[in-house]
Parts: sequence; structure tokens; C-alpha cells
Amino acid sequence: MSKFSVRQLLSQAWFWATAGALLVWLMILIYSGGVGGGAVISAALNYSVFFAIVGLGQMIVIASGAGNIDLSVPANITLAAYLSTGQMEGANSGLILGIAAGLGSGVAIGAANAFLILALKIPPMVATLASGLVLESLTFAYSRISVAKPAPLLVEFTTGQFFGLPYVTLVALIASVGLIYVLRRSVFGRALFATGQNATAAWLSGVNVLRTRIAAYVVCGVLTAVAGILFAGFVGGPSLNMGSEFLLSSIAVVVIGGTNVAGGQASVIGTWSASLFLFLLLSMLNVFQVDPGLRNVITGFLIIAVLALNKTSRMQQV
Amino acid sequence: MNRPGSLAVTGKWLSALGVRRFGLSFVALVLILAVVFWLRPNVASYNGLRLLLNLSPVLVFTALAQMFIMTASDVDLGIGTFVGLVDCIAAGLLNDYPMPAVAMLIACPIAYALMGALIHLRQLPSIVVTLGASFVWLGLALMVLPVPGGTVPAALTALVRLRPPGVPIAIVLDAVPMLLAYIVLNKLSYGVVLRGIGGSLSAVERSGRSTLRARMTLYGLAGICGLGAGLCLAAITTTGDANVGRGLTLVSIGAVVIGGGEFVGGIVSPIGTVFGALVMQLSGSLLSFASVPPAWQYSIQGAILLAILALRIVSCRGKSA
Repeated sequence: MSKFSVRQLLSQAWFWATAGALLVWLMILIYSGGVGGGAVISAALNYSVFFAIVGLGQMIVIASGAGNIDLSVPANITLAAYLSTGQMEGANSGLILGIAAGLGSGVAIGAANAFLILALKIPPMVATLASGLVLESLTFAYSRISVAKPAPLLVEFTTGQFFGLPYVTLVALIASVGLIYVLRRSVFGRALFATGQNATAAWLSGVNVLRTRIAAYVVCGVLTAVAGILFAGFVGGPSLNMGSEFLLSSIAVVVIGGTNVAGGQASVIGTWSASLFLFLLLSMLNVFQVDPGLRNVITGFLIIAVLALNKTSRMQQV
Repeated sequence: MNRPGSLAVTGKWLSALGVRRFGLSFVALVLILAVVFWLRPNVASYNGLRLLLNLSPVLVFTALAQMFIMTASDVDLGIGTFVGLVDCIAAGLLNDYPMPAVAMLIACPIAYALMGALIHLRQLPSIVVTLGASFVWLGLALMVLPVPGGTVPAALTALVRLRPPGVPIAIVLDAVPMLLAYIVLNKLSYGVVLRGIGGSLSAVERSGRSTLRARMTLYGLAGICGLGAGLCLAAITTTGDANVGRGLTLVSIGAVVIGGGEFVGGIVSPIGTVFGALVMQLSGSLLSFASVPPAWQYSIQGAILLAILALRIVSCRGKSA
């Protein structure tokens, strides 16, 4: 960035989500008289990291082209959580096997979604909705035959803090810097955006469109499974409806973060900011003791307002 | 795509059935009904059908609402919670405060039309605006009725308990909105404009029609169908519950797509959508009649959805051959 200007800042995809998160944090600080501002941020970082990880996966799928979306996210989270903790059975000795089982299911789910969408040509929204239904059954069946308890080390990692900065957030942030590099500089990143902008043009210029799209769904499957494993550790064990709140929020954080639903562009920083924004907003409304109904109404209006303000969220007219 | 072989032949056979867009959903519905009647012969009677289809108008209305949104090449992720809101107004307010409740019920479809205007004017992605709106509907529903319960006016419950001769009331409540939606989209000349904005917005614009008005009309019609779904839900269950509608959203998308609807291009079929809704509704009953354990019911519902869509792909290939 050679020259700083307000206009340039305003046009950044991630600006509105970040500004919203800061504004909400300031409001909490003012209300509480400056007490506990660090604790609020630290709690927000620890909780919103799971939404950010799932959001980043969803973001990569959405960036791969208009109409691409993964609605199997909640089922994927729950299955990965059960499979991984089912191998751990509450002991550190099962940690590696458990993580491998969780990640393996993520890869398989991503590949299965890609098969339904790309080989059978079923629209992504319906294909992932249907695969989610199938996964729900598998999870339900597995949950009845397994002892699902996270390893102590996993619990420690997901709940522990390093000078107020949660370990899990620290690692996820470092990984996100890597993801920014991958998206901006690597062949995969360029191929992903090229495919998302215009698949035909990308194909003509030699991009392997099919492989890129498969990769997008597999990466989303893996990131979602990672979030599922970590979230199971964070809440002390899986439950059958643990994934449900991730469905709408995974899409919301991506788009509030400035990623265009028409595809071809993405913002890692924006997705992180939007996850923080949503969590801080909920904390603020909790602190203000707003009743649950009004809390939902305000959240809904703010999602629409941020979207309406953000220029990058406009649909591209073909 | 001129390939000999069993796949193409099956395709041709299927495409003959699928001449009309709703062909496959009709076949699926007939098959499911046949299996249900075979497993439980008692169902093939006035009372049996009355009980079997009791709840179907809710999903039929919701699916038609989703269909109107998809006509504009948009998707509605908030229709389920909207149905929940109407349900809560009907159960929480209508009995004790009829006038304000009626005003709110009338305001609901208007709010939907305004949401359509916002999406159109700011060129926003419908999927996220409706997602944001789903929080608003849920919040309003919780404000109207914080805990499930309430009292549904007797007139409303009496309506769904009617026993017209020959045809169960549920079938009437499924068929009437289907025919109205068919007339609006496929018989009225304005229906061409409505389907046109999903197909080619710029073509409709250049023909001198207001695309804003068309989109507001589609969203308004979706709101009216959502209103119908909520009122049916309240009348049939005789309670209100803010969270009751959540599961309807995704099922309604499945119903539209089974019925031959597409996500882009303004291609939808009102008749197919209703058949699709009934397929989704009855596959649940079918599985419990066949004593499939509850754990596998979701799985089989997902498999039915995938099978119908995969068959459609095959039948489309047959058509192009």
C-alpha cells in the first residue's frame, strides 16, 4: 500500500465488519466504564475462532463461483466432533487417532459434496442439504455406540490462554496469515478466484477448473471438521445439535466480512472481523440486558445494514 | 449427446414423463403413495388421507413462497422463521387483540415486498438479506410469544377441521394455492414479466416494464404464501412456537427443486412444487410406516432428494439426444 487514503480504506472489503466490531467493543467499554475490556476481547476471540474457521471454509467455497455454498456444515461439525472424541474416549493416548478420524471425515465429506455437485451436476445448495441429512443419520447412529469424550490435552488447548490470548486463537490466526498468502500468491489461490469470476475464461486460460472446485469443497470440509474437533474440546464433549448455530452464521460472517456471494473474491480479515463483530454484538446485547426477541431483531437489522453499506456485497450484473 | 445404451434409453423413457417439468415429482408422489397404501391399506380412505395429509398445507404454502422467490432467481433462507412469526401472531395475539393482530398479519407480506425492494434497489444478494431477515422474524416472534403456547381463534381451527364431502380439507388447502399460483405465473400475461426478471432482468427492463414492481410483486406473493403457511400451522397445531418453522426453510428449497424448479432463470413449476412438497412431507410418513428407525429417516429423505435430482439429470440428457 503506497499511499493511505480514507477512500481507499472505505473501499476495502473488510472495512465495515472491522469498524463494526471496534464500535461494538467501544460501546461495551463505555457501558462498563472501561472495566474488563481485555476480558471481553479475550472471551470473544476464544469463542468466535470456531465461527471464523468454519467461515473461512465457507468463504473458499463461496469464492469458487456464484451458487456455490455448503449447507452440510452443521452435520460435518457434529460428525467430526463425535468421530474424533469417540476415538479419544477421554484419554490423551487417542488424541492423534481422534484428530485423524475427524480430519478424515472432513476430507470425505468435502469430496462427497464435490462428487454430487460436479459429477452428478446437482445444484450445490440441494446437494449439500441432502448430504447434510445423510450425515445427520450417520452421526446419530455413531453417537449411540461410542463413548465421546475429548482428550484432556484437547480441552486444555481449546480453553487455555497465553497472556489473555487463547492458544487456539493464536494458532488459528497464524494459520490465517498462511491462508492469506495462499489465496493471494499461490497457484491454488489465483486459480480459485479466476474460476469464481468466470469459469469458462479460467478454463480457456489453462486453469484446471474441475480440480480447483473439488479442492474448494475439500478444504471447506477439512476446515469445518477442524472447527468441529476443536469445538468439541471447548464445550467439553459433542452434542447432537452442536452444529446447528453454525449454518446461518457461517454464511453471515463470510458476507458481512465483504466476500462477494457472486464469487471470485474473498477476505480472510473480513471473515475474522465479522465473526468478532457478531460475537461482540451478542455480548453487548447481553450486557445491556436486551430481551432475546429484541436481540434477534437488532442482530438481523445490523446484518442487513452492514450488507447494504458494503459496496463489495453487491451482485455483479452479468 | 447421442449415446446408445441403457442410460440413454432410460433417459428417453423418463423424458417422455418429464415432458412437463413436474413429471418426475408426479411419478415420485405416485410411487410414495402406492407404497404407503400397500403398507397400510387403511390409509386409502377419506379418514386415512385426512390424517396422512393433515399437516401438508403448511409445507405446500411454504414451498410455494420459496418458489415465488426462486422465480426471481433469488433464494429465501428466512421463510421458515417467517412462518413461525405468523404462527406466533395467530396464536399469541389474534384471539385477545384481534384488530392489532390482523394489522400485523397484513403488514407481514408488505414487509416481504419491501424486503424485495431493498434487494432490488441496492442489488444485494437475496440469500444474505433473507438470512438477516430470518433473525428479525425470529426476534419478532419471540417478542410476540416468548414461550410456546397461546390460543388460536376457534374460527381458524374450525376451518381446518371442516369435512367437505369427498375430498379431505387438506387436499383442498393444497390444491387451491397451487391453482392460484399456476394462474398467476403461467396464465396471466403479467406472469411472463414475473418469470422474466429471473430469466433476463435486462430484457424485461428494455421492454419498458418496472423490474422493481415485478420483484416486489414476487416477494409480496411469497409473503402471502408464508402468511397462509403460518395460519395453517397455527390452526392445525393450535399453538404458537417461534422456533417451529426453522426446519421448513431447507425442506421448501428441496420441494421446489424436486418439482422442476431451477435456481437461476426464472424456471419454476407451481404444480411440481406442490407435488415436491408432498413428496418431502410423505417420505417422512412412509419411513415411519415402514418402521425405519428414526436415526435413518433423515438419511433416506436425503437419498430420495438426491435420487430424484440424479434421475432428472439423466432424463435431461435423454431429451437432448
